[in-house]
Amino acid sequence: MTATTEAITLDVHEMGVTAVNRALRALPDGSSATLTQIRGAHNLAVGLTNKIHITVEGSTGYYLGGLCDGPDITVNGSPGPGLGENLMSGTIRVNGNSSSAAGATAHGGLIIVSGDVSSRAAISFKGGTLAVAGDCGHMSAFMAQAGTLLIGGNAGESLGDSLYEAVVYVGGKVRSLGADARTEDMTEADVAKVRELVEKSGFDHINPENVTKVASAKQLYNFDALKNQRY
Amino acid sequence: MTHQDNPALRESATFPQDMISMVQTMASTGRYEIRGWGAKRKVPNFDDLSFITASVSRYPLEGYRERCDTKTVLGTRFASKPLELDIPITIAGMSFGSLSANAKDALGRAATNVGTSTTTGDGGMTEEERRASKYLVYQCLPSRYGFRPEHVRAADAIEVVIGQGAKPGGGGMLLGQKVSERVASMRTLPAGVDQRSASRHPDWTGPDDLTIKIAELREATNWETPIYVKCGATRTYNDVKLAIAAGADVVVVDGMQGGTGATQDVFIEHTGIPTLPAVRLAAEAIRDVGMVGKVQLIVSGGIRTGADIAKAIALGADAVSIGVASLIALGCNSPFYEKDGVKVDVTADYHALGTAPGFCHECQTGACPVGITTQTPELMDRLDPDEAARRMTNYLKALTMELTTLARACGKNDVHHLEPEDLVALTIEAAAMAKVPLAGTSWIPGTGL
Repeated sequence: MTATTEAITLDVHEMGVTAVNRALRALPDGSSATLTQIRGAHNLAVGLTNKIHITVEGSTGYYLGGLCDGPDITVNGSPGPGLGENLMSGTIRVNGNSSSAAGATAHGGLIIVSGDVSSRAAISFKGGTLAVAGDCGHMSAFMAQAGTLLIGGNAGESLGDSLYEAVVYVGGKVRSLGADARTEDMTEADVAKVRELVEKSGFDHINPENVTKVASAKQLYNFDALKNQRY
Repeated sequence: MTHQDNPALRESATFPQDMISMVQTMASTGRYEIRGWGAKRKVPNFDDLSFITASVSRYPLEGYRERCDTKTVLGTRFASKPLELDIPITIAGMSFGSLSANAKDALGRAATNVGTSTTTGDGGMTEEERRASKYLVYQCLPSRYGFRPEHVRAADAIEVVIGQGAKPGGGGMLLGQKVSERVASMRTLPAGVDQRSASRHPDWTGPDDLTIKIAELREATNWETPIYVKCGATRTYNDVKLAIAAGADVVVVDGMQGGTGATQDVFIEHTGIPTLPAVRLAAEAIRDVGMVGKVQLIVSGGIRTGADIAKAIALGADAVSIGVASLIALGCNSPFYEKDGVKVDVTADYHALGTAPGFCHECQTGACPVGITTQTPELMDRLDPDEAARRMTNYLKALTMELTTLARACGKNDVHHLEPEDLVALTIEAAAMAKVPLAGTSWIPGTGL
């Protein structure tokens, strides 16, 4: 570990994940840390509650920033599955792509991905926000309960399958909708929400006036065998 | 006319009266049955085993005088803070939502009174439950309803739930009538919707991913908190080996008699294997990977008596979990509830649900006549949490006394010293499943012995 007056640098390969996480957890609010020599390590910066800024220089394995409630994380690389899973607050900004289940079950916070994300993004979302500049894989927003998924590019198959109250906005094309998902007209509030997200993410290729809104048709909210429900 | 009136009436073994009723209900409504509790049909169980206690060749311990330890330590493999319980009987995961807050509070207080743990369920951790429970196991379920990092840190152990015995491979359903504003708020969903619980985890698939998931939870808890992995009993031998390979401190195996708050009857009765072979298979898996004494085994599914517990431990369990039996101890299926020392008959409320005391499994309706599996305020009031905690404490103490009675009679001064050699089977099926000899023989079917 090397420290400066402004930021510390943590060598993940040299220290190991647990030592890095302990060092991050010990930092006072307002601190900054840079993680180097990542080499695809899993479980970096998980379960943190301090309001620090972490820069990750490289591509990570699973669950980067999972179970966090406080830090802001910038990734110069491409995180693996479960980026920011169960995130409660804070921002994760990825300058790269991300793998499957990005933002899974997130209750809050903002995840911004400058490239593409793989399948099941925002799965089981519980109030978080995920903004993706590029494309999004299949089954994204599956069973998403609350929160917002903004996709600047195209959405894969079965978008929003079994959606609850979460809302998806797509700048490009939707390959297909999942069970109980439907497109809806954009309201002024929707446009304002997308505009705010475009400003926060810097994804100015997305026109807030020209996105497709996907929300739950709410036909499967109550199971009924006699209604020939399709799923 | 009944069979008593006319002995010539012959009931079909294929279509007995309850089956006729089920077929006709499906035909008239187009629906299948969703219900609570576990498998109701007879399956080989611990009653099919008996202890061969001490006699000439071995001597017993004095029943009411000599010490018999029940201390149980769970999570010794990786966690720096394992759970040290006073008894090997824990309370199984049951959700706030399925159960009322009063019921959860009573279970927590009773567990604390006897020095054991209770477990959250789908829907998160309530303040009442955390406050009432000295040792609280926090479940990480596929739905992640109400799953919060601060609760991960507040837990004494974390249980990653892959499945449960009532519905291995199935998700869950909390029917809308039980989804009150508070339940809905904890689960981030609108009140009144049927809340589907996913059948698989959202952020991992397969045993290799599970390894990473467990490591994540350890990082988030600074490697202090024991991590359990709970499986419904199906391919138990392989599942237990995989859970251990993934890094579990404790494996929980829930047999097909295990209960639920609401699941399809076809699932409850027709999936999984009984607890009896499950415990033996799990113990073999732990032995075969050299983890005896390092990874602990908790067994659940139809545990009712100290005899069941003693037999599970003899076959290799370190502890058991009780679910349905604990609800019965609180008053489930009682014809009355007690308020201010007065017994109030609620038989009519059972009848209104189409059932009767002693037969009820209507947890899914949320109309529990004794206030246990409900979110309706006037029904919840029927369960006095003080009285319920007293009853549950009594039950846990009585179970422990039954357990130590049998252990002493086998000559053991620690219940964990019970072993398969202390058992015989009363049926060929049980002998084959438990791999203990049929009574009066040295025959263990399937082993060539």
